Amino acid sequence: MKNKIMTADEAVARIKEGDSIMVGGFMACGSPEILLDALVRRNVKHLTVICNDAGVPGRGVGKLITNGQVKTLIASHVGLNPEVAKRMNTDVEEDKLECILVPQGTLAERVRAGGAGLGGFLTPTGVGTIVAENKQVINVDGKDYLLERPLRADHALLRGTVTDKFGNTTYNGTTRTFNPMMATAADYVIVGTCEVVEIGQIDPNNVVTSGIFIDAIVGGEEQWQI
Amino acid sequence: MADIKEIIAARVAKELQDGDVVNLGIGLPTMVANFIPEGVDIILQSENGIMGMGPAAEKGKEDVDVINAGAQYVTVNPGAMYFDSATSFGIIRGGHVDATVLGALEVDCHGNVASWIVPGKMVPGMGGAMDLVVGAKKVIIAMQHTQKGAHKIFDECRLPYTAVGVVDMIITEMGVMEVTKEGIVLTEVHPDFTVEQVQAATGTKLIISPDLKEMI
Repeated sequence: MKNKIMTADEAVARIKEGDSIMVGGFMACGSPEILLDALVRRNVKHLTVICNDAGVPGRGVGKLITNGQVKTLIASHVGLNPEVAKRMNTDVEEDKLECILVPQGTLAERVRAGGAGLGGFLTPTGVGTIVAENKQVINVDGKDYLLERPLRADHALLRGTVTDKFGNTTYNGTTRTFNPMMATAADYVIVGTCEVVEIGQIDPNNVVTSGIFIDAIVGGEEQWQI
Repeated sequence: MADIKEIIAARVAKELQDGDVVNLGIGLPTMVANFIPEGVDIILQSENGIMGMGPAAEKGKEDVDVINAGAQYVTVNPGAMYFDSATSFGIIRGGHVDATVLGALEVDCHGNVASWIVPGKMVPGMGGAMDLVVGAKKVIIAMQHTQKGAHKIFDECRLPYTAVGVVDMIITEMGVMEVTKEGIVLTEVHPDFTVEQVQAATGTKLIISPDLKEMI
């Protein structure tokens, strides 16, 4: 079987300037800090980052934002990271951050659609609001829905709790968040995980993300305070 | 007058029925959980992936992998479940949440609500609010009646909408209001205020319920 175990620096070595990256987690709970640290060391810029939120300074995707690596952030909420407003309003072109806000349920479903071979989906969320601008409204049985399109990325950075050497992964508590959908919606998927075990050691009943989705496994992830 | 937020939270709690699945927003709405009457069991949903959320975690006993949507460490009750964000919002949009309680910047007589952006000033994002108000069976806005005296309840919202035509009920420190096709009906008034005072603090003409009660 192909060896997927590598260091964080090896795993992120293929991420290039301008790539798009999905990062799991909600307010950094469920974000892979060891992979984000490696990406900060790699220091590639002009990234498009897709994540539920902007984390906080020093945690989650907040690390990439503080380091000036993010050109475009696609997220549902950025209010708890003051760095975002600062960079959205800066006059320094090189530091400028573009922020695309997407309702959280729509963001989750767009990622799911991207990984599930769907051309999009119809949601009532956002009808009659500025979220509906430039989107097709489709009426089904008398009710209006927005056509929302699938979302995919070049890479996904996931945070697992236990991962076997095939890549089968479990998620503890509320770390699950966007991780299972992002595992399916990127061309190259890296999981930073707390514990790497032998194949067969995870009860198949408890596997959330199948190893078929995982390209690289990095051990040494920890349980972090927010 | 007791703490305004507690008055509002305590009154909201009376709207929740035994067995309801409820999503409470960040801030004042979270306080509603402290006022659930004896004998009423509600199931709290947290959109970051919990059904059956319990109280905040005791200091020193936190599981750092378990937070609520406000990024506070919480516990889960026996019988709880964790899930991913797509499942969570399937639950929300699918009409499986009986009630959602959230704050607002503005509400209007058509049941429109604005809560997520002040263009040019504050752009925090909508988070899960747009999905919650569209999907929950009952939408309760829990907020202070005015912003330091400035109206928050209008004929038409000034700020960009979170959703249109979704609000069922508005509960403030001054009273309880229901949004109907005819407009906003004042059904309860807090004993510290007169109907005239509530009307003066409101930017749309209130319909006074013939069955007007004291808010307790």
